[in-house]
Amino acid sequence: MTTGSLTAGRTRFRLPRKQIPVLATLALLLVMYGIGVSQYTAFSNVQVIFNVFIDNGFLLVVAVGMTFVILTGGIDLSVGSVVAMTAMVSAWLLQEGLPAALVLVIALLIGPTLGLLMGCVIHFFEIQPFIVTLAGMFFARGMCTFISGSSIPITDGFWTRMSQERIGDPKGNFVSISVLIAFAVVAVAAYTLAYTRLGRNVYAIGGNPQSALLMGLPVGRTRIAVYTISGLCSAIGGILLSFYTLSGAPLIAVGMELDVIAAVVIGGTVLTGGAGYVFGTVLGVLVLGVIQTLITFDGSLNSWWTKIVIGGLLFVFILLQRLIGIRYK
Amino acid sequence: MNDTMSRFRTMTGHRLFWPAAVLFAMLAANTIYRPGFLSIELKDGHLYGTPIDILRLSAPLILVALGMTLVISTGGIDLSVGSLCAISGAIACMYISKQPDQNSLGVVVTALALAMGVSLVLGAWNGVLVAVIGIQPIIATLILMVAGRGLAQLITEGQIITINSEPYRAIGLGHALTLPLAIFIALAAALLVAAFTRRTALGMIIESVGGNSVASRLAGIRSSRVIFLAYVISAACAAVAGFMMTANVSSADGNAAGLWVELDAILAVVIGGTSLAGGRFFLSGTIIGALIIQTLTTTVYAMDISPQTSLLFKAVVVIAVCLIQAPAFRARFSRRRRNVPPPAPVADKPKEQVPA
Repeated sequence: MTTGSLTAGRTRFRLPRKQIPVLATLALLLVMYGIGVSQYTAFSNVQVIFNVFIDNGFLLVVAVGMTFVILTGGIDLSVGSVVAMTAMVSAWLLQEGLPAALVLVIALLIGPTLGLLMGCVIHFFEIQPFIVTLAGMFFARGMCTFISGSSIPITDGFWTRMSQERIGDPKGNFVSISVLIAFAVVAVAAYTLAYTRLGRNVYAIGGNPQSALLMGLPVGRTRIAVYTISGLCSAIGGILLSFYTLSGAPLIAVGMELDVIAAVVIGGTVLTGGAGYVFGTVLGVLVLGVIQTLITFDGSLNSWWTKIVIGGLLFVFILLQRLIGIRYK
Repeated sequence: MNDTMSRFRTMTGHRLFWPAAVLFAMLAANTIYRPGFLSIELKDGHLYGTPIDILRLSAPLILVALGMTLVISTGGIDLSVGSLCAISGAIACMYISKQPDQNSLGVVVTALALAMGVSLVLGAWNGVLVAVIGIQPIIATLILMVAGRGLAQLITEGQIITINSEPYRAIGLGHALTLPLAIFIALAAALLVAAFTRRTALGMIIESVGGNSVASRLAGIRSSRVIFLAYVISAACAAVAGFMMTANVSSADGNAAGLWVELDAILAVVIGGTSLAGGRFFLSGTIIGALIIQTLTTTVYAMDISPQTSLLFKAVVVIAVCLIQAPAFRARFSRRRRNVPPPAPVADKPKEQVPA
């Protein structure tokens, strides 16, 4: 804003330009929804939207954590494996007969601990986030199969209740508790990024780490914090996934990190860091969810089209970001 | 005394020392665990044995890692190699499966040429995104990593295509001079890349671009062209690796072929001493890195541990290797050691920071 006062004439154009990626995502979402409604009568059902949230609640939570990391200019490849490990550990501990509350606490502690460790290695030893989180990914996935080679069902009362509870309106449309948890995470994250010191530091580091350091911002602490937050979000995502599937499987959520990164990018967060919104990430996850739904509705389209379409969208949005980036300079 | 110390230090200071030591230690541990590990026998004019198996199975990884080395030394990264392996294998197998005579050499050569052509185009796509449009390499190649798997499945229509072609099978399982053909293919590729980069100025140009692409552009090197070339070479290497993987099992599976190979390849490059930040690259180190990874995988198999759990060991190796190479970690470590005997030894090591 302060720079805006210097070049007052251009301010009016600059602000919307920053929102272009998010607006483009919103437009895309509306177009896809419009296509769905015009093609399939059942698509206009409100429950379809709710189902997108129910099926992607865990993805949303993980993507929110990834948004923090990408905003600082980093990347976290471990999320998919941490989600799987959390679900696996929960299922295993429940099978061993531990009380649900204790399992929940343990499961929610593993992700942030791993994130904290990775953040420390990244910060103190100056190793690239890409390679550290890759090791974290190997580690978490290895732990999954170390616990068990096959999937473990969850029969615990609390879990099944969380899984089956439906919160609906009188018309019969409903969401699961997971969706509410996901929304809560989104709200907390959006508040943190927009209104807290941590949020401002995240944007500052992503914008320019050197300047942030010279300004006296706690670069190291913030950087470690974002990986811990991402770990926590992955852990919550893992719990939500275990609510959703009522089991822990060693090969669940393979490749999820790519979906998450894709969602964040499609949501308009710039991969070099410094610009983006949690709201955009929500839209990005919705775009992926609606693609899936469209492909499910159209029986003839095959699942590989999802990958190709996501790849194409990634390309378009990265190109868009790049073009806007050039104009910024 | 001082002489042996300094000699020891020069030896451990050699960039191939630690990778080679790790490889040697792993082979030694295997031999202790299973005394027959190193034995090689001659059967039907072919050599058999675990070491030969390790060499044969590491051939695709060596190929992918060679291309990856060049890309990484330009300061980039290529995440799409796994998908490229799947695509090249899928195209080759698809073409062969449609022909009446699958055993004809002409058919196989056409299939290979077709698949290689497509791979080169896809490599050029990566190259354009990175070098011309200027997208971050990790993201530019992420596009093809995601979409490429879909393309491979589209080509095979989601099926696993099985073929019955002797010449094609030979790429993965054939023998020459009593050794598996795959070893020779990997060796040939390594020599070719080494000749291009070490006998011509290309290697130096790549290193200068990786060191500082703006500076080398100002010095008159067409940086973008060099970066572009690195991605095309990487795609070509991945394509050959894809042939090998599919030939090994005589079938193409768009979903599983080349899965995680990009991560293994990056790991091999890093173990080999090439910095992920770009700059100097070490092809021989990469090959040793690939051998270490394959030996690790073989060891885990031999010990009856689930293959997925081998990821745990890989995680440990990645972190250990990166820590050893990280200047920040070394600085901490050496500072602490120097603190113990107050008069620091004269042999200070400012040179350690050079291969960054």
